[in-house]
Amino acid sequence: MTKREQRTYQQDIVGDGISSIQKVREPRREESGQGIRYLLIGICVLFLFVMLVLPLIVVITNALRDGWAAYREAVFDEYTVKALQLTLLAAAAAVAVNTIFGVFASYLLSKFYFRGRQILAALIDIPFSISPVIAGLVFILTFGNVGWMGDFLKAHGIKIVFAVPGVILATIFVTFPFVFRELFPVMNAQGKDEEEAAALMGAGGFTIFRRITFPHIKWALLYGVILCAARALGEFGAVSVISGHLRGKTNTLPLHVEILYNEFNTTAAFAVSSVLVVLAVLILIARNVVEKFSRAKE
Amino acid sequence: MYVQMEHIYKTFDGFHASSDVNFGVEKGQLAALLGPSGSGKTTILRMIAGLDRPDSGEIMINGVRVNDLPGSKRGIGFVFQNYALFRYMTVADNIAFGLEVQKKSKKEIKSRVEELLELISMQDLGKRYPHQLSGGQRQRVAFARALAPNPQLLLLDEPFAAIDAKVRRELRTWLKGMIGRVGITSIFVTHDQEEAMEVADTIIITNQGRIEQVGTPDEICLHPQTEFVADFIDAARYEALAAARVAKELSYSGSQKLKSRYCSH
Repeated sequence: MTKREQRTYQQDIVGDGISSIQKVREPRREESGQGIRYLLIGICVLFLFVMLVLPLIVVITNALRDGWAAYREAVFDEYTVKALQLTLLAAAAAVAVNTIFGVFASYLLSKFYFRGRQILAALIDIPFSISPVIAGLVFILTFGNVGWMGDFLKAHGIKIVFAVPGVILATIFVTFPFVFRELFPVMNAQGKDEEEAAALMGAGGFTIFRRITFPHIKWALLYGVILCAARALGEFGAVSVISGHLRGKTNTLPLHVEILYNEFNTTAAFAVSSVLVVLAVLILIARNVVEKFSRAKE
Repeated sequence: MYVQMEHIYKTFDGFHASSDVNFGVEKGQLAALLGPSGSGKTTILRMIAGLDRPDSGEIMINGVRVNDLPGSKRGIGFVFQNYALFRYMTVADNIAFGLEVQKKSKKEIKSRVEELLELISMQDLGKRYPHQLSGGQRQRVAFARALAPNPQLLLLDEPFAAIDAKVRRELRTWLKGMIGRVGITSIFVTHDQEEAMEVADTIIITNQGRIEQVGTPDEICLHPQTEFVADFIDAARYEALAAARVAKELSYSGSQKLKSRYCSH
């Protein structure tokens, strides 16, 4: 761009009143507001310290209480590694399934109008409102030996309850709405004019999704995936009911922590916990990076 | 008749959006669907475009029944009310989209995009994104994008609604001139009688899902056929409006011309 072009470009933008540069306003400093501000900051910091920072410190110090050797032994223990593998597998499966499902569901509910739309949207939220323990029990009653589909599954030699498929199913269930909840508002706000315009020009469904819908939702999608992964890694209740706690087979990392703790193996329990903490921190960083990028692109 | 609507009925959840809609638009004409909001004019436009399906009745374009033809096969260009420009594509990519979908050659697409950018006098703005444009510029891009695949029929949904009053008149003249220059049969939706009177060759007046009257602006003004049309087209107000405007910005001779166009006696 030459200087002159640049100037007219800026004039255009400013002249049309759609300046993309927002003025950052200094917050007003009022004497009476200062006290309240510090009070609120104080409460926030205290709350975060007691609820988040203190437990984290406890986890780390306890994990390292018996030194690095003990820590390494606990973390690289055969069962810990297996539990980590299963946790990552379940999380990956949950993310894959729920991403596909979330994209389809939010596309359907934001771009098409049909009877029962609202009921469907409410159904998708069920995992948010049901206790994970109950979700686990529901799976046992459905797929277990005495369950509704028990005979059918037994006849075909499929094992779900107290086996890896059950763990994966339970993880998918509890993380079910995350991607959908992130995508739906974004897709809904976009409206369907752009898609209709593309369709009128003869674009097929996949082209429309790839070139019109996807660029709009990609950050929300990534954010949903991250939340879904975070929830999947930490899931305890539903998985605890359905897994049967078989060490090295159906134990996930959070379940492994509980077992170690119940065996009074506190140091190992905290050491394994610290692995989950590291995963959580990585996800937190990813989340913030995504948020920053998505805001920059707006 | 280039476009012909025959006994069109359409209901949405029991709401009669169209009841026995009949009218035709001749080739090369610029027709306005004029009526109060909720009178079913946008529904008619969307049915012609294939975005909505009539419950019964026939839609003919160029003598062919198009009821079962998808919108993309009807040879139409559509300008949405808020333009629906693809926000993650540049102006040039927006215009090129319809041609890319049709798998035209790169060279052909490039020259057509350049031609259209020139037509809308935005040669230098091809690399901008829609959010960097003014309302009027966006409308021009939407217009160029709709025209890119060489449609035979142009449909515009409230093309001036999203533009502020000051530039609206200017754009109106521009659009009428452009449509005349391209020579494309066009139908646009509006609730603004002044807009319809000034721009259209034919006005189709809609009310509660029905067609009240079809005619030239003069016919509608001077010979309203139903009570609703007589009410809706307030000839006296119109004359006053025209006169006031004239007093402000036009010469006396201009005023005479305007008056004779709008319902002089």
